[in-house]
Amino acid sequence: MAASVADVLAASQVEAVLDELERELIGLAPVKQRIRDIAALLVIDKLRREFDLQAQMPSLHMSFTGNPGTGKTTVAMRMAQILHRLDYVRKGHLVAVTRDDLVGQYIGHTAPKTKEVLKKAMGGVLFIDEAYYLYRPENERDYGQEAIEILLQVMENQRDDLVVILAGYGDRMETFFRSNPGLSSRIAHHLAFPDYRPDELLSIGDRMLADMHYRFDAEARDAFADYLARRIAQPHFANARSVRNALDRMRLRQASRLFAQRGHTLTRDDLTTIVAADIRASRVFADAAA
Amino acid sequence: MMTNPPARITQGQFSFLPELTDQEITAQIDYGLGKGYAWSVEYTDDPHPRNTYWEMFGMPMFDLHDAAGVLAELKGCRATFPQHYIRLMAFDNTRGVESIAMSFIVGRPRDEPGFRLVRQEIGGRSMRYTVQGYAADRPESQRY
Repeated sequence: MAASVADVLAASQVEAVLDELERELIGLAPVKQRIRDIAALLVIDKLRREFDLQAQMPSLHMSFTGNPGTGKTTVAMRMAQILHRLDYVRKGHLVAVTRDDLVGQYIGHTAPKTKEVLKKAMGGVLFIDEAYYLYRPENERDYGQEAIEILLQVMENQRDDLVVILAGYGDRMETFFRSNPGLSSRIAHHLAFPDYRPDELLSIGDRMLADMHYRFDAEARDAFADYLARRIAQPHFANARSVRNALDRMRLRQASRLFAQRGHTLTRDDLTTIVAADIRASRVFADAAA
Repeated sequence: MMTNPPARITQGQFSFLPELTDQEITAQIDYGLGKGYAWSVEYTDDPHPRNTYWEMFGMPMFDLHDAAGVLAELKGCRATFPQHYIRLMAFDNTRGVESIAMSFIVGRPRDEPGFRLVRQEIGGRSMRYTVQGYAADRPESQRY
């Protein structure tokens, strides 16, 4: 009989996933804390069950709200893994859908479509991105409402079969929940994803580059910090996603720079290093100068 | 002579065993899903052994990971057709196989009268034999 928390943790290997979450995801402190709380509850429930204490499966439907690029999908993917390790879901796969996958185009099309998606997600996690598109108040004949009703029914009746995660931008999700109170009350965990701080964005950039086998030289890292400071102030800043896009553009510039040096023999260093000039050439700096 | 001794039709897998419980059915479904089969639910009120094509209850279910989805569909079928024969079939879409890999009855009417042997005399002393379901005499939907 496993009687200590450590035993359950060792058996389920959930600690490895939590550590990985801690290591690989930068920032997001409130989100990580909530995930740790959920994991703790599930572990304690497991121990309670061994003493024949009442341990009702908690409802784990969640909503992830936050600005673009704050890691909602990434965390959802991890969530499926964690819940699987803790034996909350049986298979631990993630099915990511949007409105198009749930809502049909004509009468009678929506219910089978939604049910099919739900069946595919059973035993795992159903991730509905930009969930607020499901509800379109301006069109009273919209089929989205039908999809929501089926969703609600399954969320309530087949709670042990799947976990539903609704995700979207904060303000619009709020309106969505206000117009669908039934949905809001069936979701136990409302997680708000905060925007990243500039220093967090910088470490995210470092990590992304390392994954792609690139690196900044010392000057370039300062230039990138400078770049981020300017980019954040501009409209349509999408956190980690903007960082990724910026890095992709820098790789383009680095490639053309190297391409221009026809006669030069390129070393490993040359191929992996991004220099300040690759960053300073960005439009963001041009705007500031003008 | 009794042609239908236990008064229950035996077709497909497991049909000489007692009725499978939902838990046992779940285990079979999981086995099939593990092999990559696509499950489907079918029903009929004409269980003649040569009646291969039963009515489909919804589409075959591809890309499933867990048995709960198939079981939910089966429960829906049982609720809609409580007095019909219902079977689960697993389709193996491996190239070159592309056929049913598993099939077993998971729902049947309360009373199963079975089949009678029909004899037809032809050309002098020759006989032609066939079987006919007792219930099949009645029109569709009034059979069981």
